[in-house]
Amino acid sequence: MTLEHFMKQAISPWMQEGGPDNDIVLSSRIRLARNCADTPFPIIAGENSLEKICHIFQQSYEHQTFQNYEDFEFILINDLTPIERWVLVEKHLISPHLAKKVQNAAALISKNEQVSVMINEEDHIRIQLYFPGLQLAKALKKAFDLDDWIEEKVDYAFDETKGYLTSCPTNVGTGMRASVMMHLPALTVTKQLNRMIPAINQLGHVVRGIYGEGSEAQGNIFQISNQITLGKSEEDIVEDLQSVVQQLIEYERKARNRIIEQSNKSLEDRIYRSYGILEYSRIIESKEAATCLSNVRLGIDLGLIKNVSRNILNQLMVLTQPGFLQHYAKKALTANERDVLRASLIRERLQLEKK
Amino acid sequence: MECQECHKRPASLHFSQTVNGNKTEVYVCEVCAKEKGYMTYPEEGYSLHDLLSDLFNFDAAQIGSHNKTFQQTTELQCPECKMNFSSFKRTGKFGCAQCYHTFSKHIDPIFRRVHSGNTKHSGKIPKRKGGNLHTKKQIEQHKQEIQQLIENEAFEEAAIVRDKIKELERQIHHSEEVDDS
Ligand SMILES: [Zn+2]
Ligand SMILES: [Zn+2]
Repeated sequence: MTLEHFMKQAISPWMQEGGPDNDIVLSSRIRLARNCADTPFPIIAGENSLEKICHIFQQSYEHQTFQNYEDFEFILINDLTPIERWVLVEKHLISPHLAKKVQNAAALISKNEQVSVMINEEDHIRIQLYFPGLQLAKALKKAFDLDDWIEEKVDYAFDETKGYLTSCPTNVGTGMRASVMMHLPALTVTKQLNRMIPAINQLGHVVRGIYGEGSEAQGNIFQISNQITLGKSEEDIVEDLQSVVQQLIEYERKARNRIIEQSNKSLEDRIYRSYGILEYSRIIESKEAATCLSNVRLGIDLGLIKNVSRNILNQLMVLTQPGFLQHYAKKALTANERDVLRASLIRERLQLEKK
Repeated sequence: MECQECHKRPASLHFSQTVNGNKTEVYVCEVCAKEKGYMTYPEEGYSLHDLLSDLFNFDAAQIGSHNKTFQQTTELQCPECKMNFSSFKRTGKFGCAQCYHTFSKHIDPIFRRVHSGNTKHSGKIPKRKGGNLHTKKQIEQHKQEIQQLIENEAFEEAAIVRDKIKELERQIHHSEEVDDS
């Protein structure tokens, strides 16, 4: 496998296009949880009934095209190697929960990887749709279209007062989780974000790091999503989330400007040091790589680093995850071996920019 | 804009909250946000599991104090998927759609806590399966419209909307008769 071909796999086709506020918002996502009426939820259902649901999807949707989502691929999780599953998780196309399932779990993924439908995860059906940049309202409209398309073949579990019925009480009602992935280096370094999180929670939104464990967010990449799914319409939820995100964008831009004014050469120094580390290191752990990538991306956004493409952050964050590294190596790797391969991939990736 | 609470400092935070359909906008400074409880600091992030187990303990304690024989009474079990209430409490997950009806008396406090006081869906209705619900939703919207028109003393327009409601209600009535036959 050539490096270029491998790189292309890390970035889903839809990610290559830019979107509104792309300097801070990496992507927007809408997820709808749905269940089939008259079939117990996956945690309790017998394998026969789950198999039937898989069958419906394979029969009705495999290789189908809906609007601009072409040629859906139907994938049985059981047919994948552990590393292939890991790669789909790192691309956010399936959840870790689905990847661990042995039987009758499947995914339906559009060719451009913008749409992925998980089958027999916690709920029978989870429709996920991504858009580059901040485009929640557009994503919601498209998600509704997809939802209607799937409802043509499936009777949904729906209740007049409780809405779409889900296995977990936290999803009932709209079954919708809207989320936005944001790069917030300035709010993180000034510790402003930590002070804002309680207020954001209070509004019914959740902030969490995408990469790394616990409270630490590697690469300063955060996901903001709605917590409430009952009692508000999808449009209102999306509008509220949008206003929080817009406020965060504004604060992040202000914080960036302030840092530039106040830091003299120290910010520039940190950005270029990070660039140097990525370009020359021979062993790099994921945490250090994430920090450096975040700094370099900030340098690109601030116009300090030129001739390096913006999506290097998203791309290398995905590419240097353990699953992808082992997919590239075509074998299982120890942590040390991964650190060596990570460093070498990053160096080569930066070389490609200079061609 | 000045802070709505202290009217001294500039408002630096904006909250819009929807509880049971009523949207309120609040503009406050950071100090007031903390003092008046717009900002609460959770100890360690958001853990659904902790939240659910707290809720169930609370629920059990309440029931226990009112009715000591609760533990002995036959446990609720879903006729459809056979999940019983204690395993729902343990996992925090429903077994099937029917569970919502089976456990209906005990789950609204959970929804209220998880969804900021809400217990009733007000979003999308399935396109195909929704049936009369789409019409009912339209009627609700028209009723709100009428309220607004009457407040503005636009009685002629209100009468037109009222006729629309009658027509929609007639449609529902008709389709229900068809269903019965
Ligand atoms: Zn104040
Ligand atoms: Zn049940």
